[in-house]
Order: sequence, then C-alpha cells, then structure tokens
Amino acid sequence: MNLSRRHFLVLMPAAAIAWKSVLAGTPEQASNYKISEHWWGMLIDIPKCIGCGNCVRACQAENDVPDGYFRTWVERYHVEDENMTNPQVISPDGGKEGFPIATEDAGKYFFVPKMCNHCSDSPCTQVCPVGATFVTPDGVVLVDPKYCLGCAYCVQACPYGCRYIHPDKKVADKCSLCYHRITKGLTTACCENCPTGARQLVDLKNPKDPIHEFLKTHSVQVLKPQMATGAKAYYNGLDGSVR
Amino acid sequence: MNLFKDAGHLFRFAGLFVLAFIVFLVVRGYVVPKSFGQYGHYRGNAITEIAARPVKFAGHETCETCHTDVLDTKSKGKHAHVNCEACHGPLAKHAEDPASVVPVKPDTAVLCARCHTASAAKPKSFPQVDPANHSNGVPCETCHHPHNPAIADAGAAK
Repeated sequence: MNLSRRHFLVLMPAAAIAWKSVLAGTPEQASNYKISEHWWGMLIDIPKCIGCGNCVRACQAENDVPDGYFRTWVERYHVEDENMTNPQVISPDGGKEGFPIATEDAGKYFFVPKMCNHCSDSPCTQVCPVGATFVTPDGVVLVDPKYCLGCAYCVQACPYGCRYIHPDKKVADKCSLCYHRITKGLTTACCENCPTGARQLVDLKNPKDPIHEFLKTHSVQVLKPQMATGAKAYYNGLDGSVR
Repeated sequence: MNLFKDAGHLFRFAGLFVLAFIVFLVVRGYVVPKSFGQYGHYRGNAITEIAARPVKFAGHETCETCHTDVLDTKSKGKHAHVNCEACHGPLAKHAEDPASVVPVKPDTAVLCARCHTASAAKPKSFPQVDPANHSNGVPCETCHHPHNPAIADAGAAK
C-alpha cells in the first residue's frame, strides 16, 4: 500500500477520533432512579440490636473503609441504677468483632449502633469552603472526593463524630448511606446484613414505607435534637443516657 | 479643557481591568465543571459518580433467584429474616460469575457464636447460649442446620 504523506496526515486524526470513541464505549444506560422522589433516612431499633458487629463488618467490606476507621460503629452502654447521667460506654474496634460478655450486675446494658445521621440541616456541609460536601436532593450527605481539600473542617463540625480523613486519599470520608446501592433499588450494606432487622433504610417520601406508621406508634428520638441538625437517623427505644 | 489631558492613563488602566476580568471569566469557564451548581453549591456529577461505585453485597433477592431450595428451607425457620450475605459474606462477584467465584463455607463455630453467645447486654428474648457449656466443643451444625436451626427431633426446640 502506497500511503502518501498527505493522506497519512488526513487519516491519522480520523483514526484517532474513531479509536477514542471505541475506548469510550457505549454510555451506560441511565437508570430509572428519580432523585426528586426520595428522601432517605434510617431507622435504628435499639431493643433489637444484639451487638454482633455485622453492620460494621459489612460497611467496611462494601465501602473499603480502612482499618481503624468507621462509617458506622456500635457502642455498648452500661447505665448503673443511680448513675443515669454517667453511662460507661465501650466500642472495642467499633464493635466489629462483638463485645466482651456482660455479666448480670447492677444497671442495664444495651447497644447503640451509630452512623451518619444524614441531617437535612447538616452542620458539616455548611462549613465546607469548597462545596465538596453537600446534601443531595434525596437527602443523603455525600463527599465529592475530587473537590475535597482535606481541611477537616467538616470533621470538626459534625456533632456526631461521623467523619474522618481517609488515611490514603487524604480527603474527608463518611457514610454515604450506600448511595451506590440505594439508587439501584438495593438496601444499604448494614441493613442487608443486620440479622435482627435492627437497622432499616427508610424513604420518607414514599407513602407506602412502613416508617410512617412506625413513627406514629412508637417513641422515636434522634440524637442531639437540641442541635437542630434535622437528623434522619431515627432511634426507637433510645435511652436518655445516650449522648 | 485641560481637565482630560491626562485621562488616557485612566482609560488604559480601566482597559487593563476589563481585560483581566475577561481573562478571569474565560479561565473560570474552563476550570469550573459544567455540573457545578446543577443542584446547589457543589458538583452535580459527583452524585452520579458516587452512585456508579461497584456493589459488593449482591442482596438476598439476587441470591434467591438461583438458590430457591435454600430459600424454601430458610423461610420455614427462625433464620428466615437473616439475609444470605449476613453469614456468607459479600458475594456480588459470585452472582456475576457463579462458576469461577465459589464462596467459602463459613465456620459455624465463629459464626453462630457471634450472635448467640450469651451476654447480659443482649435483648432477653434473643436466643443465647454459653458455647463452651452448650455443646462441649461439638460443632453447631451437628445438631442445628444453619438455614433452619430448630432441632427437628426435639420438636419446636429453640
């Protein structure tokens, strides 16, 4: 084949464009998830929690959470009869491998799973200087790792201690409410793996969600209501000693 | 009339400002992502990027499309509401390629004890045992089938 320099120069850009479109592949089919039709939250049923740590392990596996960091963790409270305001709280390795055996003695024990409360008026998103963290239109607090500078202002601002700076990526990281799962119609990794149903993903914009009936008929609280964060992690049977 | 004699300096200065502003606008147009401000003061595409992350736990509906026999056994027992991957671990890769990704059978000595070891901190209604005294080292699955843990011979034993 006798390819002249002139033809070569004409063909090269055309070939490059063609190759680029091959590499790009066909664009992924847009899902039928409608962002404006959801308002996500979480129901945590304290009397059902057995402190097995399944949620913590599932979260770390699903979201590649580095060791020693937690997007969700479980605390064990021990409240003595006459020391209501001073509970003893432990959370060995986030409760990932369970808890030491509690023996019957004075007071009560219970487990409190904790996670991002996905506040609708979240203090953490308000302090971000670069718009790297935000509340999505469906009510999930997310971090844009490409925009985050790692200044950790949000880590300080979260009253629930739910954020950390990722040790390798050097950006803020937190519970994403398994956004990659819930937008595909799955539940979160922690809810999927909770053996007793102590955690349930709820969609407050879905009129058929049993959460509406549940909230009507149970004594439900959020953590630190006095901070007016608009927290959407609803705790059933939460003891007054929980901070 | 000599008032504007030296005004040229000012016009040149103003021109410089206008030029700098145009340069700023052009650079900003290139640097700020298109989707910034789509929903608010953040990059709208960040939402789609986060939603596109890979799933590791397939979800019990996926498991149940093939393992209908296990679903039948499980739905009759006390573990009906314990989802598959709560014990078997994240298996989305197995669901995508069942032939080459074969799950490892979990060790019941670790697995059962995780939930059922007796502790005063657990809800009273939850079945709990002291593993050492309960079976004297005999593996759990000798008596209890994990998918339907009630012992058939003993009637409706807990």
